[in-house]
Amino acid sequence: MKVLAISINTFKEAVRDRILYTLLIFALFMIGSSALLASLSTGQDAKIIQDLGLSCISIFGTLIAVFLGIGLVYKEIEKRTLYVLISKPIHRAQFILGKYLGLALVLLTNVAIMGTGLLLLSRIYLGEWPWRLLVALAFTLLELLVITGLAILFSSFTTPTLSAIFTLSLFLIGHLSPDLRLFAGRFSRPAARLLIELFYYLLPNFRHFHFESLIINGFLPDGIVLFQSACYGLLYGAALLLLAMLAFARRDLK
Amino acid sequence: MIVDTSAIFTQDLSKDFRFGFAMRKVRVLHGLSLEVKRGEIFGYLGPNGAGKTTTIKLLMGLIFPSSGEVSLLGGRAEDPQVKSRIGFLPENPYFYDHLTGSELLDYCGRLLGMDKASREARILPLLEEVGIREAAHTPLRKYSKGMVQRIGLAQALINNPELVILDEPMSGLDPIGRKEIRDLILSLKDLGKTVFFSTHILPDVEMICDRVGILMKGRLQEVGVLEEMLEARIRSIEITIEEVDLQALSRLDLPLSLPPLQRGGKILLSVRDEGALQHVLSGLIAEGVRIVSVVPQKETLEEYFLKEVNLSSGRPLEGR
Repeated sequence: MKVLAISINTFKEAVRDRILYTLLIFALFMIGSSALLASLSTGQDAKIIQDLGLSCISIFGTLIAVFLGIGLVYKEIEKRTLYVLISKPIHRAQFILGKYLGLALVLLTNVAIMGTGLLLLSRIYLGEWPWRLLVALAFTLLELLVITGLAILFSSFTTPTLSAIFTLSLFLIGHLSPDLRLFAGRFSRPAARLLIELFYYLLPNFRHFHFESLIINGFLPDGIVLFQSACYGLLYGAALLLLAMLAFARRDLK
Repeated sequence: MIVDTSAIFTQDLSKDFRFGFAMRKVRVLHGLSLEVKRGEIFGYLGPNGAGKTTTIKLLMGLIFPSSGEVSLLGGRAEDPQVKSRIGFLPENPYFYDHLTGSELLDYCGRLLGMDKASREARILPLLEEVGIREAAHTPLRKYSKGMVQRIGLAQALINNPELVILDEPMSGLDPIGRKEIRDLILSLKDLGKTVFFSTHILPDVEMICDRVGILMKGRLQEVGVLEEMLEARIRSIEITIEEVDLQALSRLDLPLSLPPLQRGGKILLSVRDEGALQHVLSGLIAEGVRIVSVVPQKETLEEYFLKEVNLSSGRPLEGR
């Protein structure tokens, strides 16, 4: 009940913010304009629309997750709205969970709106509903939830600028993480290899959430692969949230 | 040791903050031991930077003590059961811009675990009580500073708390607003509630507080009943006599603290203490001077406060 109240308030705050609408309208415009690019190609129009559309959803979703996520905790401290909240009978962990779920709801709504736009556009060009895209959209949302976890973790102990730098850095590293493993193989000393391997397992691996090329070409990944990826995303997100709760539990609100 | 009969109890409470690149440790609150009894209005006084807000943040669990303990209403301050019986107004409060006044109170009610019917029954009468009933559906970003202070008070009272902790509640209010808040605090006391508030507006303290605590540079200087604290500090004694020749008066060589002052057919004499008073009175009676009145002049809270500030900062006392 209390976590839900915080989530709803976070959601209300975001949807009453004009920046969100600006990003959303721009994203829909970009998805729409992919039709223009598609018209320049022959026979590949649906693929181009879906590829560009899914990329747009991922990029704008990431922007929303990072820029709303980094302010989730810090803004409440900076504006001192948190003073009133913490004085009420809630635990700090409930506050973190409520803020996270509120932003998750914002992301779900945004992905749903952008995804509906993409499905409609694809329907026009393909002549049928490309339901497989829903799988890609679900994993994009899962990736955004992990990014939000990173943003809220950094936001719980540092400033928004540093949080943005850390989150975006991990976002980039997370997309290059298979290269990290290849890099480890270049070292002959086992200690160095072990250290890089450790980083490989600790840092997020966002490649687990990207099946777009398969889906656009008409295939669906194996059920077990999807299940493993879903578990990875959910567990990684939960671990980040737990760390954020621990970091915030004894923080002085100066 | 937690005292169940106290509304607020702190023992040897200290707080250190770390500042700068070298993370230099600075103690901002030194071993605060304070007890606020249930049902009293307690004024917490101190100049800016004395540690009043730090104390309140420690009480409310916004920051954590470096040492010492805090208990509120006989329980641990961070216990949600205890928190649900407390109302808190922070200094210069700021609330969510995107909410209206009634939405904010509804949100606070939800966080307190109040059901929908209780929230609905409470919100409008409470807004009426703090004088912003007409702004119930106005977004908070359109509220004036005084209105924000009032909605802050409303959210602190929504759960009908036993203990109300207010950090500078009069700040940002005009004289009428201040009077209304004073009346509200007095009405809370009538309802049996405990009010602990910090302020630097001294007349408010003199008017409504049962007891006060004075904090200087993070140390509690004095706690007590205000009247008793000031009673003990008689600044001077004023003797009014019928008009006589001032030159004749000066020949008596009386131990006056100020030169005699002629005022509308009477003369005002000032002495510093009772010893000097006896001396002056016997001299005047021996000369056959008619004494109109003898009035001890007590120190005002402001004078007392300034003197303590000067003493703690090592500055010489001005005037007297």
